Amino acid sequence: MPPDISSIAKTGRINMTFIPTSPAERDAMLKTVGVKSLDDLFDAVPKKHRFPELNLPPALTEMEAASLLGEMAGSNENVREHMISFLGAGAYNHYVPSVVDHMLRRGEFYTAYTPYQPEISQGTLQAIFEYQSLMSNLTGMEVSNASHYDGATATAEAVFLAYAQFRGKRRKMVVSPGVNPQYRDVIQTYTQGMGVETAAVAEADVTSGPEALIPLIDENTMVVVVQYPDFFGRIHDYEKLSAVAHEKGALVCVVANPTALLMLKTPGEMGADIVVGEAQPFGIPIWYGGPHLGFFTTKKSYVHKMAGRLIGETIDARGQRAYVLTLTAREQHIKRERATSNICTNQGLLALACCVYMASLGKSGLQEVANLCYQKAHYAADQLGRIKGFGLPFKEPFFHEFVLKCPRPASEVNQYLLENQILGGHDLGHDYPALKNHLLIAVTEMNSREEIDTLVEVLKEMGND
Amino acid sequence: MNTPSNLKYARSDEWFDTSNGAVGITDYAQSQLSDIVFIEILVDEGDTVEAGKPIASVESVKASAEIYAPASGKVGAVNKVLVEKPETLNSDPFGDGWMIKIEGNASAELLDAAGYIKHCEDRAH
Repeated sequence: MPPDISSIAKTGRINMTFIPTSPAERDAMLKTVGVKSLDDLFDAVPKKHRFPELNLPPALTEMEAASLLGEMAGSNENVREHMISFLGAGAYNHYVPSVVDHMLRRGEFYTAYTPYQPEISQGTLQAIFEYQSLMSNLTGMEVSNASHYDGATATAEAVFLAYAQFRGKRRKMVVSPGVNPQYRDVIQTYTQGMGVETAAVAEADVTSGPEALIPLIDENTMVVVVQYPDFFGRIHDYEKLSAVAHEKGALVCVVANPTALLMLKTPGEMGADIVVGEAQPFGIPIWYGGPHLGFFTTKKSYVHKMAGRLIGETIDARGQRAYVLTLTAREQHIKRERATSNICTNQGLLALACCVYMASLGKSGLQEVANLCYQKAHYAADQLGRIKGFGLPFKEPFFHEFVLKCPRPASEVNQYLLENQILGGHDLGHDYPALKNHLLIAVTEMNSREEIDTLVEVLKEMGND
Repeated sequence: MNTPSNLKYARSDEWFDTSNGAVGITDYAQSQLSDIVFIEILVDEGDTVEAGKPIASVESVKASAEIYAPASGKVGAVNKVLVEKPETLNSDPFGDGWMIKIEGNASAELLDAAGYIKHCEDRAH
């Protein structure tokens, strides 16, 4: 459609030709609603507020814009080129092999929406099936869905599963204060208005282990949610807690770090009914907080209450192996308001990244990553704990993250580190007021011994300042 | 379509056996749902149910349905074996496919076999 010349003459603006409304159609619509002109239609808006001056800078050419945006992007500091990072608290800086990106960028996979039609999507469906198989293996569970948005939403979906399992007859959840505070916030957001209560641990017990949760579990408890390793990096054995929960008939959900699972007893072995978590450490860069990848695994007996998509293996009409969506009748597009959740979207592309990461490293490669994280974190903790004024308040075993007590507020320590091109740990005072002098330090295979020694030196200097 | 004449039928496709209180879904219902892969019985033995209220939830490969009580009263028995073998609902809806037994009174709105057959035929058009 050519530009509407008459309207340019009247208003000085060109009608945008990609808006499929012709002047004739516009007149018909105006007539239908009973006004003479567009000006009349907007009569309720005071004249001075119509078409306000936007005060934009002069237009740039593409070359100028590319240069300007490049300059702006360059002013961001990142952990690959500019800074040493010891920040974790839910997102971890791991090496991503280049094969991951190569697979993601293949046109067959690189799409904004996951195509589920089996006739055209065997590759995508097979990749998700393999992702599910690997995740179930990792967590010691029997079934995995095709993923969720992130670890926080996967955790909240676990609470939904428990609620649905007891058909609303049990309405209490016991959530450990050692679960990532952001995940706990998301659980609250998800469950508001459902009439569900959260049993709270006494303020003095926020850093206690699983034994503090045991007295809170009763016959009204639908689920007990714990983290493994917990938010403070500590490794607890949840076997006893699981046994108590099961005695009372409650489900146990473990929020797990996938890297740690390569070295530790699986949550399945400890009696977990649902194992969820953030799979970002597996092949997804930390970026600026997302997008991430939530994994969700459970026992077969709960699969009908599980949210999200599920890919199954079958044979086609010619007897060949094939992959399809399965058990879809539990999902909201069929089960409507009776479904466990209204989420069926998954993070298809990132689940692929995770799958390629696991497949390319293999079991021994993944275990090597876990071992490097463990060894380096323990070296770092040992060195840092010796600095005058600093200390390691927790005695429990840890994996690749630990709490460091500082002689000053953690925020000040982080500022000092930042001035030395070091992204420090997570300031625990944000969520645990009693821990305002405490940093949560994460160490991965990306941190060289030199980097760890630099951190130690800088903190020693700070102590001498 | 099999529609035993000794049973009473709800318009929502459940049958009720007035002689022993057994409840299930009809042959028509199972054929409409196709392959049934899951049944969850929502009530326990000893619970009180009210006619018209949900007692079970069924999923097939293509659909999901709620099953409603065709009678009011106390739940005398729950078919626990059925939960392990939901496909029984397809193979034997009036026999081993029974879901629960209700000790109580049939809803006044239940149809006899002839009435139910007509009800199914009406829906086919």
